[in-house]
Amino acid sequence: MDIIVCVKHVPETAESDLKIAANAKSIEKTGLVFDINEWDDYGVEEAVRLKEKHGGTVTVITVGSEEADSTLRKSLARGADKGLRLADPKFEGSDSYAVAKILARAIKNLPFNVIITGTQASDDGNAVVGPMLARLLGVPHVTMVKKLEINDQIAKVKRELEGSLEEVVEVRLPAVVSVQTGINEPRYVSIMGIRKAMQKEIKIMGLTDLGLSENEVGEAGSWLKVDKMYVPPVEKQAEFLKGNPDEVAARIAEILKAKGLI
Amino acid sequence: MMKELFVLAEHRQGQFRDITFEMLSKGVELAEKTGTELTAVMLGKNVKDQAKALAEYAKRVLVVDDAKLENFNSEAYQTVLAQLIKEHKPLLTLIGHTSFGVDLAPSLAVLLNIPLATDCIGVEYQNDTLAVTRQMYGGKVNVKATLNKAESYMITVRQATFPVQKKTPANGEIITVPSPLSEEITVKRFLEYVPPPPGGVDITAAEVLVGVGRGIKDVCNIPIVEELAKALGGTVACSRPIVDKGWLPSDRQVGTSGKTVKPKVYIALGISGAFQHVLGMKGSALIISVNKDANAPIFSVADYGVVDDLFKVVPSLKNKIYELKGQKA
Repeated sequence: MDIIVCVKHVPETAESDLKIAANAKSIEKTGLVFDINEWDDYGVEEAVRLKEKHGGTVTVITVGSEEADSTLRKSLARGADKGLRLADPKFEGSDSYAVAKILARAIKNLPFNVIITGTQASDDGNAVVGPMLARLLGVPHVTMVKKLEINDQIAKVKRELEGSLEEVVEVRLPAVVSVQTGINEPRYVSIMGIRKAMQKEIKIMGLTDLGLSENEVGEAGSWLKVDKMYVPPVEKQAEFLKGNPDEVAARIAEILKAKGLI
Repeated sequence: MMKELFVLAEHRQGQFRDITFEMLSKGVELAEKTGTELTAVMLGKNVKDQAKALAEYAKRVLVVDDAKLENFNSEAYQTVLAQLIKEHKPLLTLIGHTSFGVDLAPSLAVLLNIPLATDCIGVEYQNDTLAVTRQMYGGKVNVKATLNKAESYMITVRQATFPVQKKTPANGEIITVPSPLSEEITVKRFLEYVPPPPGGVDITAAEVLVGVGRGIKDVCNIPIVEELAKALGGTVACSRPIVDKGWLPSDRQVGTSGKTVKPKVYIALGISGAFQHVLGMKGSALIISVNKDANAPIFSVADYGVVDDLFKVVPSLKNKIYELKGQKA
């Protein structure tokens, strides 16, 4: 089985203090730690598990500059076989739609039974690349996948719906499967895996290698243009309790007691 | 005929989803501002009667009734909607940013070559330009973005963002459109719904909830939170990452994909307050949050906030509670 996984190199922001850049069109990236998008990490693990069960190869693909190699290396260390990085100065400013077009062009010439993506990326949260890629390649897709089983030419999946409900859906291969976090437990990367990954090849392809034209990518090939980035206005602000941990704890305990909760 | 503005009704197992009326309410306002007519679109099996509820908002309701549309299937929906959008050329189509919408809108937009923006929390149309507001980095940043100029646009709308507004009933006309689906869709098939397994802890019944998030750092720290919950006679709940990592079972999860809770107090520990979580707990009578990041979105929903290390505050809080109760920890 030939499996392709699309990954994105993103800044870790869940626990970081973010600053808006001077041009108000992006965030300050300096000082932030970059890593594989959390959703994609689960995707790589799922691909490697499929390979272990059904045999075949796992190719991991990203659109990004040289720094994104660490995300590819991590995926290779986890068990992917080949890395492909799509990079070109002309790709700068691409939105998710343009990224889907770049990926589609690269994947069109590769054999595949399943393409795995994360349902969304932690940075833009667009949640579009998987199904857009599927449409561009003319194959079906399924998103928000919490369980994946492949039998013959059919993928049977559990999709996450709202309010703890799930649905079971079947999709015919080849298909794009976009996974949710929690679909599996990504394995720890072994020292062996890291050593092996250093020897695996990362191929790089650009605009002309892919046969793309300039107006299909970058800002020209995008649907969305960022006008302004800003800190969300605060409608309501908590009353902040000040003091050392003991003082603060005492205040909280008083508040709870006053409400009859202690 | 005037240009239209489409709202795709979302329903499941015979019930409308709340997002349907949120989008219709926003749709009424947008139609007024853009000089378009609001058209609701409903796909399903035997849904003509149910569709009357949409006519209270929309000037026109297009109903496509077909047994093949009984349950949501993005491939079937895509075929039907592509035809309707090509025929009617609405200025804008609103779809929920839900499990259904996420599965449908991106491929439909590509198929029709219509600019798409997802998970929108604001929409404006000025000088023939559609601008949207959306969030990035888990709600820490807002972005205002413009869509490429086009005849037709599509956006997906965040849940519980636009209030439902009852207006003078529009008494819209209900029009049945023949289904373009000639045969069963076979590339993708809905099989069944799977409700959560019975048993487990019912966090919706708890009066005191101690919610734990990413800030707890490791599974071996969970007992700190359990001890606080025990001191308060409360129950431990959590945000999504804790369930994803397998540190707590899914019946503890608060948020859009988990439970909606309204306890007397919700103590959020190390929870940044991503929208999906906040939606599940903002109805709590009292919210107290402890987080290291002063800019965490959780502080805009909390009544009281502590910017500090939960590992320092929580053990101390547990002791103070036992002190007040006159018990030993």
